[in-house]
Amino acid sequence: MSTTPELLIRGGTVMDASGERRADVRVVDGRVVEVAEGLEAPTGATVLDAGGCVVAPGLVDLHTHLREPGREEAETIETGTRAAALGGFTAVVAMPNTDPPLDSAESVRNVFALAEGAMAQVAVAGAITVGRAGEHLAPMAELAALGVRLFTDDGDGVQSAGLMRRALQYATGLGVTLGQHCEDRSLAAGGTMHEGAWSSRLGLPGMPSEAEEVMVARDIALARATGGRVHFLHVSTAGSVDLVRRARADGVPVTAEVAPHHFTLTDGCAAGYDPVFKVNPPLRPQEDVDAVKAALADGTADAIATDHAPHAPELKDLPFDQAPPGMLGLQTALALATTELDLPLVRILALLSWQPAVIAGLDPDHGGTQGGPLSPGSVANLCVVDPTATWIVDPTALASRSRNTPYAGRTLTGRVRHTVLAGEPVVIDAEAQR
Amino acid sequence: MSPFPAHLLSMDDLDAATIAEVLRVTDSFAEVGRRANPKVPALRGRTVATLFFEDSTRTRMSFETAAKRMSADVLSFSAGSSSVKKGESLRDTIETIQAIGMDAVIIRHSSSGVPARVAEWVDHCAVVNAGDGWHQHPTQALLDLYTVRQSLGGGQEGTDRFRGLRVTIVGDIRHSRVARSQITAYAALGAEVTLVAPATLLPPSLEGWPIAGVSHDLDAVLDGTDVISLLRLQAERGSGAYVPTMREYSAGYALTARRALQLPPAAIILHPGPMVRGVEIASEVAELPSARITDQVGNGVAVRMAVLFLLLGQGHLESEAA
Amino acid sequence: MAERERSHTRPRGAVFVPRVQVMSADDVRRAVTRMAHEIAERNRGLHDVVLIGLQTGGVGIARRLAETLAEVEGADVPVGTLDVAFYRDDIGLRPVLPEAATDITTDLTAATVVLVDDVLFTGRTIRAALNALGEYGRAQVVELAVMVDRGHRELPIRPDYVGKNLPTSREEMVDVSDEGVSLGELVNR
Repeated sequence: MSTTPELLIRGGTVMDASGERRADVRVVDGRVVEVAEGLEAPTGATVLDAGGCVVAPGLVDLHTHLREPGREEAETIETGTRAAALGGFTAVVAMPNTDPPLDSAESVRNVFALAEGAMAQVAVAGAITVGRAGEHLAPMAELAALGVRLFTDDGDGVQSAGLMRRALQYATGLGVTLGQHCEDRSLAAGGTMHEGAWSSRLGLPGMPSEAEEVMVARDIALARATGGRVHFLHVSTAGSVDLVRRARADGVPVTAEVAPHHFTLTDGCAAGYDPVFKVNPPLRPQEDVDAVKAALADGTADAIATDHAPHAPELKDLPFDQAPPGMLGLQTALALATTELDLPLVRILALLSWQPAVIAGLDPDHGGTQGGPLSPGSVANLCVVDPTATWIVDPTALASRSRNTPYAGRTLTGRVRHTVLAGEPVVIDAEAQR
Repeated sequence: MSPFPAHLLSMDDLDAATIAEVLRVTDSFAEVGRRANPKVPALRGRTVATLFFEDSTRTRMSFETAAKRMSADVLSFSAGSSSVKKGESLRDTIETIQAIGMDAVIIRHSSSGVPARVAEWVDHCAVVNAGDGWHQHPTQALLDLYTVRQSLGGGQEGTDRFRGLRVTIVGDIRHSRVARSQITAYAALGAEVTLVAPATLLPPSLEGWPIAGVSHDLDAVLDGTDVISLLRLQAERGSGAYVPTMREYSAGYALTARRALQLPPAAIILHPGPMVRGVEIASEVAELPSARITDQVGNGVAVRMAVLFLLLGQGHLESEAA
Repeated sequence: MAERERSHTRPRGAVFVPRVQVMSADDVRRAVTRMAHEIAERNRGLHDVVLIGLQTGGVGIARRLAETLAEVEGADVPVGTLDVAFYRDDIGLRPVLPEAATDITTDLTAATVVLVDDVLFTGRTIRAALNALGEYGRAQVVELAVMVDRGHRELPIRPDYVGKNLPTSREEMVDVSDEGVSLGELVNR
C-alpha cells in the first residue's frame, strides 16, 4: 500500500470499549501512534477537524449485500463499500447470496480480489450449504482456511433441522459461527409482509411471527445440544427476542443482530403498497419494534446490522407481491440509531462497532484490525461522528447504485464526518474521497 | 355531499352520503339502459382504457359497455393481447397509455395494490379498481348495494333501509376482494354484517373490521339473515388448500335447497359470479326468485356508468371556486 | 349561466336571497291558465300533445298545465319528465348531476311535444333537451313553454309560450315556485 501522509484528527472526544476521553489522535503509516490532548500537526500532515465530534473505531456491518458478482446493476463492491464508508463503516461482511453464491474457495477468492482497494474492508460470510440450497454442506473448512469466520445461507434459512445440526457439529470443530436467517418456508408460505391486522386489511399474504420464531427456537435447541455458535440474523419479533434472552441466560452460545428498519418502521408502512417497505423479515407491529429496541438496550441483541439490500428501481416498481424484498441501509444505520434509540452514544457504538467486530472475528483478539480500542499501535480504522448534525435523506444523493431507501425525506440527527480506513481518510467532511 | 374522489380504488374511498349519491345517479343510468338506443353523449370525446391483467370477460365487457353507452372512446388492453407484452413493465405500460391520453383507466390485476400505485403514477386520469388481488372490488359492492336497494324499494328511503339490515357473507373471505368491498359498503350504510366461513378461510386478523360477528355455523345464522351473499371458493387463488375437500366445504357452507328454505321469506340471495353450481350454491337455489344474480349482472352496467360519470363529469380540472 | 347550472353548482354554503317579487302566486296561476289555452288553441285539440317537464323546475309547471287542460278542454294530456344532465355541453367543466331518472312512457313518434321549463336563459338546457328527446321517438313538432323568459340567449332558441318576459342582468337569479317568481342573488354564506 502506498504511504499515506500523516493524519491528525483534532478536537474530538475519543470513545471506544475502554471509555471516553477528550483527545486528539495522530496516525502514521496506517496506525494510531498517539492519543492525547493538544497534539500539534506536523508539516505535510492532513488535519481532520473533529470539533464537537466523537472519534471511534470504525463501524462493522455484519450483514451487507454487495450484489457483486451477478447483480451489478443493483450494486457493486465499489459502490457498496463507498456507501459503507460514508456510513462510517470500515468493514462489512458480504452475504453469500451472489451469483455464483459464495460456497466455494474460488468464489470467495474472487470476491477478495474484487474487493482489493475497496473503501472498506470486505469480509465474507460463506454459505452453509452448496448453492444455498439447503441440502449438502458447503466446504466450510476450505473457506475457513481463507479466513471466513461466519457462515450463513442468508436470503434463506436452513430448512432441515437434521442438516442444521450436522452443520453446527462440523462448525464447532472449526471454531466458526453459523448465522441463521430464521424463516420456516412452510409457515412463511409466500407471505409478502407481516401477517396481522394490516395484511388482512390490505389483502396481502402475510408471514406470521411464528415463521421466524420456530427456527429461532429450533436453533437454540441445536446450539444447546451441539455447543455450536449460532448468530441470529435480523431478529424482528418479540417472541424471537424472548427466546434469545432466555437462551443467553441459560448460557447457550447464541448472539443476535437487529436491523435498523426493525426498530424504526412498522407494518403499517405498507399501507400505500410501496415496495420500498417490503423486506424480509417483514416490518412488524409496534409491539415487536418495542421488543427489539428493548433487546438492544438490555444486551439481548449484540449488534445492529444493516442488511443493506440494494435493488434496481425497475424491480421496486413491480407490484408489491412481486417486488424483491430489501432496503438500503449502510448510509442511514448510525443516524437512525442516534435519532431513534434512547441509548448513550457509547452503547450505540458498541452495537455498531466493537461488538459486531467480535462476532465477525475481525477484532484484534482474533487477529483482526476492526473495533479495537484507539491506542498506540492499533490499526487506524476509525470514524468521526457528529452526534448533533442534522441531515435529510435524499435517495438520489446516496452512493449506492440503487435508490430503495424507505427513509426518503426523513430528517436524521447524527452524521459521519470522516472515515479513516487503515490510516487513509476515505471520507472527509461527509464526502467520499474516491 | 363531499366531492367525488379523484379515483375509485376502494370502498373506503366513499362515505355513506357518496354511496347514496352513486346509487341515486345509477337510477338515471338504469333508465338509459331501458331505452331502445341505450346511449347518451355524456362522455363524448373522453377516452377510457380497460387494462385487465387478469382475465375476466364479463367484468371487462360490463365496463366497456358502460363507457360506450356514454359515448366515450374505449381502448382495451388485456393481458393476453400483444399490447401488454410479457416483460414490459407495468410502469411502462401506464406511461404509454398516459402518452396516448386517457381520461380514465380501469384496472384489474392479480396483485393487491396495483391500482393504488398506478394512481400515483398518472396525471389527470381517473383510476378505477376493477379488482386487485385479495384487496377490493368496489364496483361489485356498489352493484350489490344497488340490487339490494331495488329489492328494498329503491328511492332515498332505500339507503335508509340498510340501517340494521342483517347481511351474511359466506365463503372464502380470506382471499376475497369482493368480501372486503362488501363489508365496507354494507357497514357504511349501517347494515350488520356477519361473516360465515371455516376458520382457515377467514383473514388472519379481523381487528378493526366493521362487522357484527363471525360464525362457523351457516345453519345457525340463516333465519336471522335479510341478505345472504355467497362467495366462490377461489381455486385459482389457492383457496382449495385451506379446506380438506370441496365436499366437506359444501356440506358446511353451500346454500342448498334445504338451507334456502330456512331463510326468511323476504330474504335476498346474491352471488358476484361466476357461480360454481353445486359447490357454494345449489343449482335450483340459483333459480329462485329471491336469487337476484341476473339482476346483479344487469345492474352492473348502470352502476359502472354512474361511477364513470361521477369520476369524469365533475369538473375536477376546474377549481371549485369557478 | 342558466338557472340549472347555478342550482347544481351552488357554491357550498351559497343561498338564494330574493330581492323583489315580480310575479305573485295569483300571477303564476293566471299565466298557467293562459298558456294552457294558448297550447290548446295552437294545437287545435290536443290529440297528439305530450307535455314534457324538465327536471326540476319544469315538472311542476307541466303538471299544472296538464291539470288545467283537463279542466278546461276535458283532455287527458300525457305528462313525462326529462332530466337533461347527460346531454349538457358543460359536463367536465363543472359538477353535473342528474336530479332524477327521466320518465317518458309514451312513444313520442309523431307527437307534438311541449317542453316545459321554469326559466329560459341561455337556451343551452333546451338544446340539451332537444337532443335527449330524440331518443324517445321522432316527434312531429316540438314546442317550448316557459314561465319566465329572462333573455341573454346564447343559442338560436325561442319559446312558443311565455308566462312573463323579464329583463335581467346576467348576475341576477330568477326563482320560480307556486308561491310566485322572485328576482335575487346567490350569496355566499
